[in-house]
Amino acid sequence: MAPSPCALCHTNRALILRPKDHSKLCKTCFISVFETEIHHTITMNALFKRGEKIAIGASGGKDSTVLASVLKTLNERYDYGLDLILLSIDEGIKGYRDDSLETVKRNAEQYGMDLTILGYDELYGWTMDQVVEQVGKKGNCTYCGVFRRQALDRGAARLGVKHVVTGHNADDVAETVLMNLLRGDLPRLSRTTSIITSTPSASSDPASNTNIKRSKPLKYAYEKEIVLYAHHKHLDYFSTECIYSPEAFRGSARALIKNLERVRPSAILDVVRSGEDMAKLVPGSDEGCGGACSSNVPIAEEEEGGCGSAAGRTVGGDMENMEKQLAQNDTAADNDLEIEITAKSLQKAKQHNRHDSAAVPLANGKKTKKGVTPRKTNKQVMGQCKICGYLSSQEVCKACVLLEGLNKGRPKNKIEVGYEVQDVQQRDQGADGVADVMQRTSIGGD
Amino acid sequence: MSNEDDVPITIEFSGGLEILFGDQKKYSLLLPAKDESGAPANVAFLVRHLCDKVMKDPRKELFVLDDTVRPGILVLINEADWELEGEDKYEVQKDDHIMFVSTLHGG
Repeated sequence: MAPSPCALCHTNRALILRPKDHSKLCKTCFISVFETEIHHTITMNALFKRGEKIAIGASGGKDSTVLASVLKTLNERYDYGLDLILLSIDEGIKGYRDDSLETVKRNAEQYGMDLTILGYDELYGWTMDQVVEQVGKKGNCTYCGVFRRQALDRGAARLGVKHVVTGHNADDVAETVLMNLLRGDLPRLSRTTSIITSTPSASSDPASNTNIKRSKPLKYAYEKEIVLYAHHKHLDYFSTECIYSPEAFRGSARALIKNLERVRPSAILDVVRSGEDMAKLVPGSDEGCGGACSSNVPIAEEEEGGCGSAAGRTVGGDMENMEKQLAQNDTAADNDLEIEITAKSLQKAKQHNRHDSAAVPLANGKKTKKGVTPRKTNKQVMGQCKICGYLSSQEVCKACVLLEGLNKGRPKNKIEVGYEVQDVQQRDQGADGVADVMQRTSIGGD
Repeated sequence: MSNEDDVPITIEFSGGLEILFGDQKKYSLLLPAKDESGAPANVAFLVRHLCDKVMKDPRKELFVLDDTVRPGILVLINEADWELEGEDKYEVQKDDHIMFVSTLHGG
């Protein structure tokens, strides 16, 4: 085949075939177009505010490495005025995360960004290696996912950061849309397709229970192009599969997406857009406002993080959704929906409170059918975990429930996880022990 | 063993694929110039050759699916996307640099 010239500069040899529009680009034009498109995603969705401090959830993998590199480039090129830092979670998996964290440390130097590493062992008293030793390889992703979500939030809150960006790409979103469709879980679509989501703050000060914003600047970027960008820019990233989820490699939704891409490359973005459109049509969905009202930002879905495991994204999600839904109702109530609170709904809330635990498994289904009222009724339930102080719909948050189970079964309590006593005390002082941990693990990147 | 008709090429694995090839990222290979039927060696033949002769891992399906490179693995022929070069029909040339990059692995 004769080499084709670049469709943009018409000079250099085309090296890249773009999946979204089949255009053939040279390396230089591709890098420039890729960056410009992410700039457009950022500006069109007004993701950032000038002067904002942004924590990049960094795993050392391709997505977060490309995200950090592109954000640094764009921040300088377009003068966003952002303060960018890296936030990594160390799950404590030998031979997996310890290696990828080395990559993050190099990235911190390469990009001149501060890096904070938060460890599960310091946060929870358990590394994932120890969790797996206790619960086995099956179902350990649930622990990892629940722990990671809190860890990122706590990390962000402790650093005084209100906005965390993650490296989710178009393939990830398309995959999640398909999984929600296959499970018939349309209510969850808006949370998985929304470019901005929010998570409950880890702050134990009730006055500062503001939500931590999450966004996905790479949401419309193909995984293929992310890898090509990393390749052509010689970015330093780490790729391996979590040793505890070998089946993640063959996640069926993932395989389906990749097969579709081979036949019809535009399918990935088409699935993402279909997901967005369907989300708007779901009754009671968070995007009922068409995604236009900023006060109605959906609660973040438990996804990615570091494992990229299909199992990690689904297992435990239903339980978790209840909590997120409640947190989200809380947000809605705090904003423009305040006027809807009536004596009647508060009454209902009390009733709801009583059989709340029984209602949990049905939460997803119920929410859509009941329409408007549950938004208010649930507000009463939202509070803080009485053990760790984390914003939670239950008396005890999910991480603490999991920890309780782990600690009961622990053969020898060699790590002092006296967190029940310790944390309750610290909560009153407005610190849950994370601050100390953070200071110890914080690494200056410059 | 080497034959005048062998084609010297460089093969590179990345994005996690190197795990299947004995954790070695770069290989300098001599690829037979003709495939099993005597036709000039193309990428399809190269992939079969890699599976049979070079791959250390028994999990062939992580590299090849339905007789071609598994979807989600990018193939770069001298840095260019193989889709620009005729995919597996591309006839391997002397000193070609062919790279297989997995997009499937997480961080």
